[in-house]
Amino acid sequence: MTMEKRSTREALGDGLTELGRLNENIIVIDADVASSTYVKAFADEFPDRYYNVGIAEQNMVEVASGMALAGKKPYAVAFSSFLIGRAYDQIRCCVAMPNLDVKLVATHAGITVGEDGSTHQMLEDLALMRVLPNMNIFVPADYWSARNMIVSSYKNDKPLYIRLGRPEVPLFYSPWDEFHIGGGRIIREGSDVSIVACGIMLFEALRAADILARQGIEAEIIDCYSVKPLPEELIQSSVRRTGCCVVAEEHNGMGGLCGAVAESLGINYPVPLRFVAVKDRFGESGTPAELQEYYSLKYREIVGAVAQVWTTRRR
Amino acid sequence: MQRELELKLRRIAVEVRKDVLRMISMADSGHLGSAFSCVDIIVYLYFHLMRVNPQLPGWQERDRFVLSKGHACPSLYAVLARRGYFERQELWNYRKLGSLLQGHPLYTNALGIDAPSGSLGMGIGISCGMAMALKTDFPESRVFCLVGDGELQEGSCWEALMTASHWKLDNLYVIVDRNGLQMEGETETIKALEPLKEKFEAFGLFCLETCGHDFPSICETFAKAAQEKGFPKAIIAHTKWGRGITLAENGEMPVKASLSRNQVTLLLDELSKESAALSEEER
Repeated sequence: MTMEKRSTREALGDGLTELGRLNENIIVIDADVASSTYVKAFADEFPDRYYNVGIAEQNMVEVASGMALAGKKPYAVAFSSFLIGRAYDQIRCCVAMPNLDVKLVATHAGITVGEDGSTHQMLEDLALMRVLPNMNIFVPADYWSARNMIVSSYKNDKPLYIRLGRPEVPLFYSPWDEFHIGGGRIIREGSDVSIVACGIMLFEALRAADILARQGIEAEIIDCYSVKPLPEELIQSSVRRTGCCVVAEEHNGMGGLCGAVAESLGINYPVPLRFVAVKDRFGESGTPAELQEYYSLKYREIVGAVAQVWTTRRR
Repeated sequence: MQRELELKLRRIAVEVRKDVLRMISMADSGHLGSAFSCVDIIVYLYFHLMRVNPQLPGWQERDRFVLSKGHACPSLYAVLARRGYFERQELWNYRKLGSLLQGHPLYTNALGIDAPSGSLGMGIGISCGMAMALKTDFPESRVFCLVGDGELQEGSCWEALMTASHWKLDNLYVIVDRNGLQMEGETETIKALEPLKEKFEAFGLFCLETCGHDFPSICETFAKAAQEKGFPKAIIAHTKWGRGITLAENGEMPVKASLSRNQVTLLLDELSKESAALSEEER
């Protein structure tokens, strides 16, 4: 991990432009947010394959569906709140049900959107997308994972939601790391507790692991970038060794990664489990750093949660 | 339009209506009146205007049909079967467990179903996406989108119309089945659509009106619309809800009717009389 920082949304522009050069069927459809989603780079290089449908997310998803039906590989880009929230019925009926090759890429997900406040801080998107049959979900943690997920996504022809954030985060992965639908990565090995995290919470988990190590608790950290399908075997094999689990995500604690892990472990291998996530609330204005503190999404909460599950761990 | 062709299309339309009636009565559910009002338009498209090949449903250069008012799908299914996309036997499984012919259409290329629908207001947007993609790859290919009139109350339709005119999608035809009715009554009482033509024109479409049951005027309208380059087209087809069944046309049948065996026989008789009258005309 270097000290250099870049946002995952920055990877969108770079990733799509790289994709555009690889495959001429790649189309980008945008709901008038090209500058803040960094899609402008693609628009400049491939003006014939870029459509700004205006402030009309529902129409954007319909158009993407029609494009896919006519043999194109469309990427629909908008802010998470409005892509996933506003156009939910379109995503359900025009993309997931017919199982079309449409990629939904949303930036500005989570509380760290900051000052814009609750309407723009999407904390329910993973839950909404998870319950759609055929849908796949990626939540990259850093610039390189985001970029590599975007670039490799064109190889599959499945509906896929990629969730990106607004703030700058440390560079963790390298340009050569690969990510797969249904995959996850153990980024730190340990035998005492499994921490399953995605997005920005991965960095909090790493920091928590350092503190825990000083107390003699070795945490295993799984970057669960594929929220759906969930890498169940990976998570289970880790938990079978550690006997307890903490899940951390920048999302409502219901229905997202926390829900997915709880469902899977509850059925297959129940262990003491705690969540570090937003507790069924909407967001509000503030700086991203303030909000992360205020909504209890810091390494401190992870350390606390680990202490709770570790003392009652399954042996 | 030649007399011979008109009679051929009318004959097909009567047979399609009979099939639709059988399908809905066998499923004991479905939207009869709304399916009947657009039979003639779909017959005209598939048996005359559209460039399609039932043996090659995936032919990329084909014209596309998007049934935005998905609840009228029995008419589409019956037309597709008659056009040779699949066995007519399959129609009797409509709305049954395990059937390919769902209560609202699933996208099924092999059966000739070009787009999914069922949730209202999405067909024009899907058609825009198709028309944009086809415009660059296959400029000859056209997209025909049939929408219900009540459906136009969905805001997404108007988002899509703005998209259509902004990109000058002149390969797109939006056809409105203007039967004047929606679930709870008349469109003009519930939430008025008029002046509809002016609305389409204000949104940048080239708009024409026609009777949706008269093949020569449907034909003439499409021919006239085709000459207008640089604009997406809207065709308001004035239709009768339940066209072909006097009871329905007169508004004496509920929107979602459960039909007794006797009723079905009577209605089939009425349609058979129409086909007998056609035979007379042919002589």
